[in-house]
Amino acid sequence: MFEAILLTVITASTPLVIAALGELVTERAGVLNLGVEGMMIMGAVCAFATAQLTGSPYLGLLGGVFGGAAFSLLFGFLTLTLVANQVATGLALTILGLGLSGQIGESFVGKPGIKLQPIAIPLLSDIPFVGRVLFAQDLTFYLSMALVFGIGWFLFKSRAGLKLRAIGDSHASAHALGINVIRTRYLAVMFGGACAGLAGAQLSLVYTPQWVENMSAGRGWIALALVVFASWRPWRVLAGGYLFGAVTIGQLHAQAFGIGVPSQLLSALPYAATIVVLIIISHNRRTTLINTPASLGKPFVPDR
Amino acid sequence: MKKLIIALAASAALLGGFTSGAQAQEKKKVCFIYVGSRTDGGWTQAHDLGRQQLDKALGAKVETPFLENVPEGPDAERAIERMARSGCAMVFTTSFGFMDATVKVAAKFPDIKFEHATGFKAAPNLATYNSRFYEGRYIQGQIAAKMSKKGLAGYIASFPIPEVVMGINAFELGAKSVNPNFKLKVVWANTWFDPGKEADAAKALIDQGVDILTQHTDTTAPMQVAAERGILAFGQASDMIAAGPKTQLTAIVDTWGAYYIKRAQALLDGTWKSEQIWDGLKDGILTMAPYTNMPDDVKAMAEETEAKIKSGELHPFTGPINKQDGSAWLKAGEKAQDGVLLGMNFYIEGVDDKLPQ
Repeated sequence: MFEAILLTVITASTPLVIAALGELVTERAGVLNLGVEGMMIMGAVCAFATAQLTGSPYLGLLGGVFGGAAFSLLFGFLTLTLVANQVATGLALTILGLGLSGQIGESFVGKPGIKLQPIAIPLLSDIPFVGRVLFAQDLTFYLSMALVFGIGWFLFKSRAGLKLRAIGDSHASAHALGINVIRTRYLAVMFGGACAGLAGAQLSLVYTPQWVENMSAGRGWIALALVVFASWRPWRVLAGGYLFGAVTIGQLHAQAFGIGVPSQLLSALPYAATIVVLIIISHNRRTTLINTPASLGKPFVPDR
Repeated sequence: MKKLIIALAASAALLGGFTSGAQAQEKKKVCFIYVGSRTDGGWTQAHDLGRQQLDKALGAKVETPFLENVPEGPDAERAIERMARSGCAMVFTTSFGFMDATVKVAAKFPDIKFEHATGFKAAPNLATYNSRFYEGRYIQGQIAAKMSKKGLAGYIASFPIPEVVMGINAFELGAKSVNPNFKLKVVWANTWFDPGKEADAAKALIDQGVDILTQHTDTTAPMQVAAERGILAFGQASDMIAAGPKTQLTAIVDTWGAYYIKRAQALLDGTWKSEQIWDGLKDGILTMAPYTNMPDDVKAMAEETEAKIKSGELHPFTGPINKQDGSAWLKAGEKAQDGVLLGMNFYIEGVDDKLPQ
């Protein structure tokens, strides 16, 4: 029973963690892309379509990643090259993504999905309890874990990550130091788009292997909120994502178990619990301030 | 995007209205407001199928524009009003949560006919129409009691409104008519449309031991989970057999088409009246999907019950029925009043859940 609950929690949390990690990198570079929901749903439809057309869920995954990244380029072009307002462009990206994905997916509605099968890692997956939960998952789970480690290392231990954070904190100074602000930001935006696309692919290939319009159902917004509440730290995104997933699934089990608590209250619990815990772990104002990218959302026009 | 296109088309039509007034025999606009996507595989798809049938039957005289993915709440009023202003002669609003918004807009446009699905507030230019889904739920309950090895079913509910509570009670009544000890676990997803959450609710119920699943949410995700876990399930609003060829026992299929054609025809003839219509299996406003994945005797029982409900011999809510706390509700032989059913806010005995208030 406990194992079954954990497996459901992992499936529910993985897309949130992946999308939030991508947005975290984008925001660390000083770009606020509110279009996560739109990029996610584009990833979901591209992944589903690719899997249907090629018969391979792995190519589908790739399709989702490319779909998300390509769609984010539109945001990059508008906000970085044309210096449009990031908030407005991000919102437009979400609306456009929801509509466009519906159009693309029209012919795939009702088609039985192709599920991305789990890969059991030999030996490790034989460990009692832990093995089945941690080492017999599908590729998206392993990727989400790799992303947490990878982004943690990249941002805080690598030279390129240091430059990216420098751009996010003061694009003018970074520019003066000879760092190519626009190029780095393009890459960061595309990385965010690729992650959102991967998260979307998880939705249409693992979570509920089917295509339904609007199937992301607000998960992109939750991912966005996670980034802020995690104060731009990858490990906290992981913790927040799993806490949210655990409370969401936990409340469904509590209902099925028949505890007499109003279901509306239980439904609100994931949001409340995640916010409270992340506020507590980031209560130190000084470290929060240090972690917040100072140039977040500000337009940048190179002066020379 | 599609919404945008429709909005643009709608405003273009509004502008066009001034210039094309000379064409006297214009098509009447019969408009639809959907809460979900018209390809959701469930509730909204069933309404859109009805709209398409209307288009086919009266296409020479009516146009049928629609708005989809309109959220319940403050946005709904704006969407309905926009539709009304675009020159609709008649507007169908197809979700319970559009009720108050429809009432408000109907008051502003007395010359336009409004029809609201599953609600209970009417006006001279606002009719309501509903389907006796509970008749189908009763049959499902009977099948569940026959097919469940554990005598335990799971019910994925959306919001604690009378229509949903009525469905849960009818299911339990049907099940108890076969197995008096039958238990029903209810999980409230607090959404009509979220494939992921619906799937999670299905998984939670299955992990807690139910071996039959039924749903009152809009997508095929629970059916898919049931298929994956190898248990049986019932479809909702549309035939969901494609999502679970070896899983679906039957489905309550909403067949609104005949009703839409009838009402649009009344509009054209000038005989439209505000009514509060509540049709059932016998009127063809809902039908049962083919009874599949069950032995012949269960199928025969289901068909017999369906026939009895159609003939009026059997009313699912016939006493003696106790409320959940054991107090008496209906005396032996007494049938529930429609008004009580439409405002149902209590469980009957045997439902293993606390009703959210």
